[in-house]
Amino acid sequence: MTLRSYIISRILLTIPMIFILLTIVFVIVRVLPGDPVLLHFEKMENPQAIEQMRVKLGLNKPIWVQYFDYLSGLLRGDLGKSMQDFSSVSEQIFSAFPATLELAIFSMIIAVSIGIFLGVEASKSYNKPKDHAIRVFGIVTYAIPVFFLGMVYQIIFGVTLRWLPVGGRTYPTMEPVGLKIPLTQPPGAFAAHLLLSCIAGLVPATLGFILLKMKSKKITRKILGFLILIFSATWILLAGLGWHYISMGELRIATGLYTVDSLLEGNLYKFAEALRYLFLPSLTLGLVLSGVFVRLTRSNMFETLRLDFVTAAKARGLKETTVIYGYAFRNAFLPILTMMGLQFAALLAGAILTETTFSWPGLGRYIVDRINFRDYTAIQGAVVFFGILVSLVSLVVDLLYAYLDPRIRL
Amino acid sequence: MNRLGVKRSMLARIVPGMASLTKRGLAGWLVILGAAIVASIIIMTLVSPWISPYDPSTKGINVGKPLTPPNSQFPFGTNDLGQDMLSRVISGGGIMLQVALLSVVICLLVGVPLGLFSSYIGGVFDRTICLVMDSVYAFPGLILAIAIAAMLGRGVTNMALSIAAVYVPSYFRVIRSQVLSIKEMPYIEAAQSIGAKSRTILFNYILPNVVPSIVVVATVNFADAILTAAGLTFIGLGVEVDIPDWGWDLTNGRRLLPSGVWWVITFPGIFIILLALGFTLMGEGLSELLNPKLGE
Amino acid sequence: MQKQLLTVENLTVEYWARRGKVRAVDNVSFSLGKTETLGVVGESGSGKSTLGLSLIRLVPPPGRIVNGHVWLEGIDLLKLREDEMRKVRGRKISFIFQDPMTSLNPVKKIGEHFVELIRTHEPKISDEEALQRAEKLLEDVGIQPERINDYPHQLSGGMRQRIMIALAIVLNPCIVIADEPTTALDVIVQAKILDLLKDVQNKYAMTLILITHDLSIAMERCDKILVMYAGHMVEHAYIKDIYRNPQHPYTQGLLRSIPNIELAEQKLEAIPGSPPDLLNLPKGCRFWPRCSSAMEICRKTEPKLIETEPGHFVRCFLYGDAKK
Repeated sequence: MTLRSYIISRILLTIPMIFILLTIVFVIVRVLPGDPVLLHFEKMENPQAIEQMRVKLGLNKPIWVQYFDYLSGLLRGDLGKSMQDFSSVSEQIFSAFPATLELAIFSMIIAVSIGIFLGVEASKSYNKPKDHAIRVFGIVTYAIPVFFLGMVYQIIFGVTLRWLPVGGRTYPTMEPVGLKIPLTQPPGAFAAHLLLSCIAGLVPATLGFILLKMKSKKITRKILGFLILIFSATWILLAGLGWHYISMGELRIATGLYTVDSLLEGNLYKFAEALRYLFLPSLTLGLVLSGVFVRLTRSNMFETLRLDFVTAAKARGLKETTVIYGYAFRNAFLPILTMMGLQFAALLAGAILTETTFSWPGLGRYIVDRINFRDYTAIQGAVVFFGILVSLVSLVVDLLYAYLDPRIRL
Repeated sequence: MNRLGVKRSMLARIVPGMASLTKRGLAGWLVILGAAIVASIIIMTLVSPWISPYDPSTKGINVGKPLTPPNSQFPFGTNDLGQDMLSRVISGGGIMLQVALLSVVICLLVGVPLGLFSSYIGGVFDRTICLVMDSVYAFPGLILAIAIAAMLGRGVTNMALSIAAVYVPSYFRVIRSQVLSIKEMPYIEAAQSIGAKSRTILFNYILPNVVPSIVVVATVNFADAILTAAGLTFIGLGVEVDIPDWGWDLTNGRRLLPSGVWWVITFPGIFIILLALGFTLMGEGLSELLNPKLGE
Repeated sequence: MQKQLLTVENLTVEYWARRGKVRAVDNVSFSLGKTETLGVVGESGSGKSTLGLSLIRLVPPPGRIVNGHVWLEGIDLLKLREDEMRKVRGRKISFIFQDPMTSLNPVKKIGEHFVELIRTHEPKISDEEALQRAEKLLEDVGIQPERINDYPHQLSGGMRQRIMIALAIVLNPCIVIADEPTTALDVIVQAKILDLLKDVQNKYAMTLILITHDLSIAMERCDKILVMYAGHMVEHAYIKDIYRNPQHPYTQGLLRSIPNIELAEQKLEAIPGSPPDLLNLPKGCRFWPRCSSAMEICRKTEPKLIETEPGHFVRCFLYGDAKK
């Protein structure tokens, strides 16, 4: 199968899958026994308010009409209205999402780093005590509930030692504001807004493109290039959704990720504070997730290290680090990449619990809050968002894998 | 061969099989260790009414001064309602075990037949079900469970249903891959050629060979169910307050952390880990026994 | 006697398997002078490959070198630290593996293999210089220089083996060990590869150790032969001595089983029986169950290695007197 046909078929496959997902969520929220509106109000105190809510949310229409509205709304990016104050769920989600994204990225980095490091170490000392200890570590980390681990860290580092904060995203008043570019004249048109944002997005895009096309052997550069390209494509895409805003006389570029924004702003204190608050939650989530990577790396490396070309490389006198990381690992890396994509779903799930534990203002905590408020339409919107996000991420990972494996390209 | 004969022969294989586990090396010991842990916890929960020093439910409020650290009278301390934590830990596993067991039963009842029929019949039906299962499988488990649990409400059954809904695709996939490989084997063809009914073939020939994989998935399911149940409770979708439950203790104990009260969450947490670990070890050991890894 | 380049004394390699200990290489000793070619001949399981790997200390676990000395230019290689040994590999001694299909890194271009190798041992050389050397070497082994940008899977087996040879000689090692370099290739290519090895050896004045199960190849292309059986060295001599006077019954059997294309009709004479299970060696001489000249003493004691004429060693009770 050629690369092109694979890409096309993979993208085409995503469409029905997302569709099924959306339908399942709809069925769960609207069709399962339990009228969401009634559940929201619990006691039948005010029939008028109930009816009003129904009308406002469009829940009084027949089921098929509701389904159609739901789907067409999604195409426009509308995830519904909150039961609490009828505000747009999409807006709430998009403002809460960067926090979760930041947590997810750092947790994944930690999980993969720990996983690879321990996995390689284990494969080097096969069946010796170090190997057994690492395998035990991998199994135990899986069995620990992530919120329990989080709370343990809070006790040790937050309460007893008082080194790190136990909640929140950063010190109040230390929220980064990103890069501000003052403009001599306040630009009026929406077009100017869009144009400037796109230009801002083209900068990383060119960087990514260059990296990708470089005649380099280094696989890391290619992956980096690909990711940057994806990132800038998303940036440009989201330009219209208000992530870069223009107010009186200035263009503001902010990602919502505190670490990045504080660097954009050039304020290292804010950067340090953001990291301080980010450390425990991502360590917690990263540790729990690392077990899978330890196991995968270990078994892959073990098989690869026994291959002939590795012994041949050793016979040429190459250094051990070169042999392990340049030879064995390069070939074992691709499954790790796929696993990263697969684990993204688990990552989001774990993020919900981690955010609740650490009062991290992200999408996870948003869902939990909405549950406590019995805001079912918001819950539906959030679940849909998660589902689509996971599908898209796994699509990207699959495509990246296909691009990187030279054997598929034939 | 009648159904009863098949079941009897399966049992006859399993029982001496278990005794020989000790001779199967590391994997066998893992299974034994895991099973021992799980069995001890189950037994502890079952006899809890007789062995807990104090009443762990709301009737046992204020048996001691609230928020006392572990000491000789209360080895695990007391919580904010003055309840003895040791008693609560001893009796707290019940909910989780019930939820896990129920979810596995539901999965078996739904997932196994579905997997068997779908892969055996094949065709459009199979492809559609596959697509649905893949979509659900790709979805983050906890989130789906949250969505379902949020709509259904609190309670053991509802938690079990949400977990089961998330896990059925795993069973489906495993069974399907097994069935697809067995389906092509000569002895199935032979059975078909002597006119055996599809139902007979499925249950008497294919099913027994699929059982080992089902067992492995089920143990992993148990472990996950424990952790998911704890997670759901933590979010507030668990059970009512009165019944002692480890997950509830974790949720409750969280509020007490800033004041330095560590004992309310630590002990129930450790037991959750032990229970999940027990199942995981069993799962690891079983999967290695059934599909030995290369190079061992 | 000219000063020997490589001297191996009592080299012993054991594998520790769950079922027991296996001596894959049992007290092998020999020496090799500069530009000489040694042929190590034996059946599968005789220990010849392990012997080759032990010379560069790459015996895979659970194997371990438990005894012996390997003297190269006055230094015992077995006593070196791992990082010092690493510098020897590829540079002073290089190794050509049996299967060219799996010996090259699938995700690296051919040129990258060379650059990496050269720069590991001579860090001062730039990438361009290394590539130039590589291209020249490719020409020497008969590969078009443009192939330097190809990936291994784009080349045939014979070409890959030529590349392995090129990689083995690019740093001008004193000794090249070739482990069954032609077994995985078809017959026509085999001859070409062996010729190439000879050319290269002459051109660069290298010493070659050729490990093979095919005695005819060894007889044709080597100066000395070392015959191995079940881990033991059973005969070791110059080629002319082996032609004239093969002493060990196993060697004689091997010679008899070489088909002769000039004879019109020939019955292929195989050696009866099969190699022993190394975990369950027969008592006494390891070869006695298959030996037509086996005597009482052969079943009871292991024969020691003796020098029957200058430079001709054999391990058999048929030779030497009891007084020695």
